[in-house]
Amino acid sequence: MPSLKINGRSVRIDGPDDMPLLWALRDIVGMTGTKFGCGVGMCGACTVHVDAVAVRSCITPLSSVTGKTITTIEGVGKTITGAAVQKAWLADEVPQCGYCQSGQIMSAAALLAANAQPTDADIDQVMGGNLCRCGTYNRIRQGIKRAARALEDSRKQS
Amino acid sequence: MGTTPHYRASSKRGLPMLGDRFRGGEMRNWCIAIILAATSATAAAQSAPLRPPSDFASIADERARSQALFKEAGRVIQSPRCLNCHPVTRRPTQGDDVHAHVPPMYGGPAGSGVASLPCFSCHGRSNMQTFSKAIPSIPGNERWQLAPASMAWQGKSLPQICDQLKDRARNGDHSLAEIHEHAAKDALVGWAWHPGDGRVPAPGTQKQFGELIGAWISTGAHCPAEN
Repeated sequence: MPSLKINGRSVRIDGPDDMPLLWALRDIVGMTGTKFGCGVGMCGACTVHVDAVAVRSCITPLSSVTGKTITTIEGVGKTITGAAVQKAWLADEVPQCGYCQSGQIMSAAALLAANAQPTDADIDQVMGGNLCRCGTYNRIRQGIKRAARALEDSRKQS
Repeated sequence: MGTTPHYRASSKRGLPMLGDRFRGGEMRNWCIAIILAATSATAAAQSAPLRPPSDFASIADERARSQALFKEAGRVIQSPRCLNCHPVTRRPTQGDDVHAHVPPMYGGPAGSGVASLPCFSCHGRSNMQTFSKAIPSIPGNERWQLAPASMAWQGKSLPQICDQLKDRARNGDHSLAEIHEHAAKDALVGWAWHPGDGRVPAPGTQKQFGELIGAWISTGAHCPAEN
C-alpha cells in the first residue's frame, strides 16, 4: 500500500502500484481540484508538483512517487510562488470556464520557482504543455508576469 | 472529461479519451484508410528481422562487407524509435512518421527538457500504460532524454551518420569498442525494442544489433558510400 506525502500530510493509498497518481488524488484522497483532461499527458490539466517539479499525474504511477513530496492545487497556495500566482490570477481574472486552470496555475508556479523573470519565450516553452479550450493564453501570460513582478517586489522589500 | 474513468486494472482499454480524438477520431474515413495503409507498410518494413553478420560472409571484399553490415545496422539507427530522440532541432519528435512532439517540448541545454518542464514531467522510469486506445502507453526509461546535439541524425544520410558515429569529436569521445558496448548493452538504446504498446519496435533485437555493429567494427568500420 503506497504511502504518499500530499500537501504536507502523509496519506496511505489503498491502490495498486501502477494506479496513476491522479486517480489516487481524486478518487481515493478526495482532492478533486486536480482535473482529468486527456489521460495521456497532452493537455496538462492534471499537473501537480512532485518534489517541486511539475508532472502530469494522469500518467504518473504511484510506484514512482512513493516517499516524494506532492503538492496539488489545494496546497500550492501555501508556497510563496503559488500564492503569488493565485493572487495574480484573481487580479487579472485569468480563468474563463476554469477547467484547465488548476493545471495552468501548477505549471506557472513551477515555472516561476525555476525562473523568477521568465521571458515570453520561456513562458511559451513551459506553458505550451497546458491547453486551454477557452483560449485564455494571453491572460495566463499576463498573470505569470504580474506574479513575477510581485515576487520581485517582495524580494526587494525583504 | 469531468472525472477520472473508473479504475480497474483490466479496464485500461476501450474508453473513449480526449487523447483518442487528437489522434484520429475526427478524421475522415478515407484519410484514416490512407494512414492505416502507410502505417502498416512502415510497420512491416520495421518489423522485418535483421540479417545476421553470417549473411554477409559471402562478400569477399572486407570493405564492401563492412559497408553492407553498417547498412543493415542502419535499419535500426534510422528507425523512428531511434530518430525521434536524435533531432537536429533539439526538439523531440514522435510516431512512425517522426512528427512534432505533442505537447510541444524543448530539449533544453542538457537534452532532458527545460527546468520547469523536464522530460520526466511525463516520461517515467518505465513505459506507462494509459486508458487510451490511440495512445495506449507513454514511453519511459531511467535516462529518458535527447541524444547530444553533435549526434543529431534526423535529415542525415546513413553515410553521414556513420561518419558522425566514428568521429570522437562528435560522438562523446567514444572509441569504437565503446560504441559497440553502447549499441549492444545500453538500456536507453534497448528501449527501442521494448517501446510499449502502440509503437513498432526497432527491427530485430538489441543483441542482433550489437552483433552487426561488432562485425562492422571488426571489418574495419567502413562507412557506406553516398548513393
